[in-house]
Amino acid sequence: MSKPSGRTLYDKIWQSHTVDILPTGQTQLFIGLHLIHEITTAPAFDMLREKALQVAFPERTFATVDHVVPTDIRTRPFLDEQAEELTQALEKNVRQFDIEFFGLGSDRQGIVHVIGPQLGLTQPGMTLACGDSHTSTHGAFGTLAFGIGTSQVRDVLATQTLAMDKLKVRRISVNGKLSAGVYAKDVILTIIRRLGVGGGKGYAYEYGGAVVDRMNMEERMTVCNMSIEGGALAGYVNPDTTTFEYLQGRRFVPKGADFDRAVAYWKSIASDADARYDDVADIDGPQIEPTVTWGINPGQAVGISEKLPRPEELPDPEGAKRAYEHMGWQPGAPILGTPIDVAFIGSCTNSRLSDLRAAAKIARGRKVDPKVRALVVPGSTEVKALAEREGLNQIFTDAGFEWRSAGCSMCLGMNPDKLKGREICASSSNRNFIGRQGSPGGRTILMSPAMVAAAALNGKIVDVREYA
Amino acid sequence: MANVNSDTKITVVSGTALPLRGNDIDTDRIIPARYLKEITFARMGEYPFFDERFDADGKPRPHLFNDPKHKGAAILLVNKNFGCGSSREHAPQALLRFGIRAIVGESFAAIFAGNCLMLGVPTVTVPASEIDKLMQMVEHDPQINFTLDLQAKRLFSGGEVAVAFDVPESARKALMEGYWDSTAVLRANLDKVKSVAASLPYMAGFKP
Repeated sequence: MSKPSGRTLYDKIWQSHTVDILPTGQTQLFIGLHLIHEITTAPAFDMLREKALQVAFPERTFATVDHVVPTDIRTRPFLDEQAEELTQALEKNVRQFDIEFFGLGSDRQGIVHVIGPQLGLTQPGMTLACGDSHTSTHGAFGTLAFGIGTSQVRDVLATQTLAMDKLKVRRISVNGKLSAGVYAKDVILTIIRRLGVGGGKGYAYEYGGAVVDRMNMEERMTVCNMSIEGGALAGYVNPDTTTFEYLQGRRFVPKGADFDRAVAYWKSIASDADARYDDVADIDGPQIEPTVTWGINPGQAVGISEKLPRPEELPDPEGAKRAYEHMGWQPGAPILGTPIDVAFIGSCTNSRLSDLRAAAKIARGRKVDPKVRALVVPGSTEVKALAEREGLNQIFTDAGFEWRSAGCSMCLGMNPDKLKGREICASSSNRNFIGRQGSPGGRTILMSPAMVAAAALNGKIVDVREYA
Repeated sequence: MANVNSDTKITVVSGTALPLRGNDIDTDRIIPARYLKEITFARMGEYPFFDERFDADGKPRPHLFNDPKHKGAAILLVNKNFGCGSSREHAPQALLRFGIRAIVGESFAAIFAGNCLMLGVPTVTVPASEIDKLMQMVEHDPQINFTLDLQAKRLFSGGEVAVAFDVPESARKALMEGYWDSTAVLRANLDKVKSVAASLPYMAGFKP
């Protein structure tokens, strides 16, 4: 057998976006699309002003507000003075530097990783950077997308480039078929559990195999979104017909003959059939159960029918002990039946229309357990409108969920939606870190939106397959 | 080439150390999200590990970062996958402004290490057994003075080699030659940037 010699999508995008090799040996990489929000950008614009620099390609940066915005009462000024100050700073900066802005009140506002794809800004074959680690989401389109810090935001604004080291590529094939009640979220939680929260260090993850091939774009976004939770800076899926059909007709996507040329280009940047990978991993799709986390990082996860693991069975026993200390649970106990206080459906991982539909299917005609505070937060103002058009809001509010406006909400403790005290939250978000949901003692159990809905109805963790 | 200020060249970091045990310490723990609502980094030095260092009433708890024995430490010792999670630069900003000038660990999360480099903070790696030895040394005697030498790729204590470390060659060069302050270096290539932009079909909306 001849040695594979073909190139990956990663190799191709890296090469076409290389500006120069810097004196350090790093590559200066062109960034095709830059997305910004209110949290990580204010100091970057201050640095530009200090150095009297302009934005090099203002037409390649787009802005929105998502992290600090309230999801209930959105009248200005916000009650939270810091949130108001950050929002005003962004509003001033986009005006001064001539950047297109989807602000509050715009029907295009939303979580930055929801609106980029929705508007057709995110396209295959691009490089994309944003001051947010979940930028890996956009890899679902065959985009090389990664999160950056504020000083790097400054560099992208000032030069539309970054100094980067090239990553290796690990091909992760999810084979076979998923069973009913198993979702994209379960797939990525299983991958992270298998490969570890640091396992992706130095890699970009390429997801493929029959399960991923069959996924729609929103499911692929859920998978790519959590690449960073596996330690991989970026994750991607090769673009295919599913990708092109999703993109066609969206606002920033070329039309007519330009679209045809775009599709030809997008096909050309997919990994070659004989592409050479630095590493491969295979995941058996039919084996995947509805999966939930039990600890304080997304790799500490179990299938719903499993018992909580003993620390000594795990690669990091000390980390597991610390997790048990925080969660207050015992090894060997079932996760099934764990009582919850809060149910949160939302975040850049799982707040798109198909997520809300999956949750609504469970909630329809049923009632949230009276002791549970349950909220549904659409990922964008447009998702909200589309969901309302098909009556999902009615299903949720009839069941006792609160129906909110678009933002990051209870994913991250930067806006009024927070856990209190030691509350336990069934959450469709991406991080179960200590304090993540805004209370230092709060406890997060990550799972799919359908599982969150089922937990909300029962007041405890249940197996969503019972609703099949 | 770009102007590089000579005082941005970092070859040596000296000082006492803080041995912070634990794998997968995420940036939400390093700096809780609510502090990201501040509009500048100016006060970040007050907040590293805030929710572990202080109780709900703001009273200090026993924590390495509160321990007077380690006051003024410049080198942070950590275990595996340090700085995972959120891309917030506020995390390295908080550590830097607290006084940390270099971090020695088993491994670092990618975005965190990149952010540290942008601030001129070396993140260097040593094997698990070595980091454990270093932590024990410091736990035994917090006053040990270390010198992290990027030229020699070694951490010295009392004139003797404590341990050899790894550091990506690009990061080592960036620090030693001052290129970590990257904007000027990148801007010097703006003409090339424009020609790469012009070669990418999406930049013109796939117009022929």
